[in-house]
Amino acid sequence: MDTAAGVEARLPIRSDMDLVWVRQHVRQAAAQLGFGLVDQTKLVTAASELARNTLVYGGGGTMETQHLVSGGVRGLRLTFSDEGPGIADLEQALSDGYTSGDGLGMGLGGARRLVHEFAIESSPGAGTIVRVTSWTGRPPGPREES
Amino acid sequence: MSEAFPGPVTGHVPVLRLGEVLLVTLQGDLHDSTAHQLQEDLAETIARSGATGVVIDISGVEIVDSFLGRVLAEIAAQSSLLAARTVVVGMRPAVAITLVELGLTLPGLRTALSTEVAMELLTRPTPSSRSAGTRQESP
Amino acid sequence: MPEHEADGTLGSPTDEVRDFLRRRREQIAQRWADEPLFRAVFTLSRDEAVEAGKAVVDALAQVADAQRVEDPDAAGFTTVREQLARMGAARSRAGLSTAQVSSELAALRPPVENLLLADLPDASPDHARACVTTLSVLMGTLRVVVMQTALTEGQALIDRQRLQLLEVATPVIKLWDGIVAVPLIGTLDSARSQVVMETLLEAIVDQQARFAILDITGVPTVDSLVAQHLMKTVAAARLMGAECIVSGIRPAIAQTMVHLGLDLGTVITRSSLADALGYVLHQLGVGIVNPTPYGAGER
Repeated sequence: MDTAAGVEARLPIRSDMDLVWVRQHVRQAAAQLGFGLVDQTKLVTAASELARNTLVYGGGGTMETQHLVSGGVRGLRLTFSDEGPGIADLEQALSDGYTSGDGLGMGLGGARRLVHEFAIESSPGAGTIVRVTSWTGRPPGPREES
Repeated sequence: MSEAFPGPVTGHVPVLRLGEVLLVTLQGDLHDSTAHQLQEDLAETIARSGATGVVIDISGVEIVDSFLGRVLAEIAAQSSLLAARTVVVGMRPAVAITLVELGLTLPGLRTALSTEVAMELLTRPTPSSRSAGTRQESP
Repeated sequence: MPEHEADGTLGSPTDEVRDFLRRRREQIAQRWADEPLFRAVFTLSRDEAVEAGKAVVDALAQVADAQRVEDPDAAGFTTVREQLARMGAARSRAGLSTAQVSSELAALRPPVENLLLADLPDASPDHARACVTTLSVLMGTLRVVVMQTALTEGQALIDRQRLQLLEVATPVIKLWDGIVAVPLIGTLDSARSQVVMETLLEAIVDQQARFAILDITGVPTVDSLVAQHLMKTVAAARLMGAECIVSGIRPAIAQTMVHLGLDLGTVITRSSLADALGYVLHQLGVGIVNPTPYGAGER
């Protein structure tokens, strides 16, 4: 895709300075793919939450951005991976109010509500991979309500 | 009259004093450390100056995640312990929608549409009833 | 590939059809240009229609060459997909039903079939039949391609119109200095609620409105999803420094909400828009004085 140059990248998440780069890159990529302002903001916020999780709980890692096209709709996929301690109880980690660090406990569950698709793979000792995807233009489907 | 409090060193957000009120303007993308620094600076400045109000203008902020949300809530809480009221001003619609979707409604926070309204709120002795745009109780 | 190949029983039916398409490109395009589908779409000139027809014939020949006559995703169709989509869309816009467009497409087959049969005078009946069948399959695949693209186009059109409808269906009215109102009419689904929320919040900023009234008199039902959307809107407005009042909760709706156990939390509600306005004016410290007994009533 012509307009998608510069969307795909792999960014390190090692310090809170890197969080700024992650947010800026996601903002630019989303704007380039034609996301509206509110959707851009949701995506950047989700990226910020997830990148902070990667940094704080995963001991650092990477974010990869990927440009998708499906049925004429563009999508942006963000993949956060770390090699940290992993998450033992995913269900609990995704519930609101859960936190093992000093957050408000909105990290994972909150980020999930800001994107169209959310997938997480993790097991104790094996690191964590969180993959989120949002689409432009697609009328928001019946999103699961909390 | 306005004077700048501790000189704008790297990582510091300038805190301006307008009479009894401290005014902070946040711009762009904030480092976590800058936000923490601001929290400390504000506590010290309130204690030193005896300010009765803090206005934080976030109209230039493009995203507020749970971290920055928490910092804002903590600033309000610590200011209140130091007898100062805090008003967060100018949150953008997209930011507000995202925070609500995130599940963060920041119940303890007073908000206002503009700095003028915030100053009016803070300089007026306790308003008669629930005043526009602020919340004293949590939902 | 030889331009002309002797008629006969040499080659598979697919190769035969491919060669035929290449050989008779001009004639096929000429005949198609007279068919309703091409005539109606390419109104500017007949040459334009012939050119478009040639492009389609080329695509069909390429698909046959790739031995993929049954595959609507064959690479050969790529070059004409956009053109076919435009043709399908033009007919839909002219008011034709999908079935009508489909039958116009079907009408493209007989002229080609006649040409093919005319080219196979000496072929064995079996071979001729096999060639005709192959051509039919290929033309059927073409139809599928057009219908596919037409449906995608149609969906895009519906999506666009839906968005437009969402925008026009959400007027924001300035009631007073610092007071805006949004009268909602019709069903509130997720997409619409999103637009309402964004429109209302933008208006709050533009008008520096400390109060916003969401009037749901025209909303037929309030279920848990709608209640949740209302609460989200109110919460977002509060974060921005505005108070949002929900008005127009009719008695029947209030009853249903209680039965369903729906709670609007701390949302301020009033039964009518007038009540809500009265409440807000009071909050702003604006008084209404009745100079005559016939002035603006209280409700």
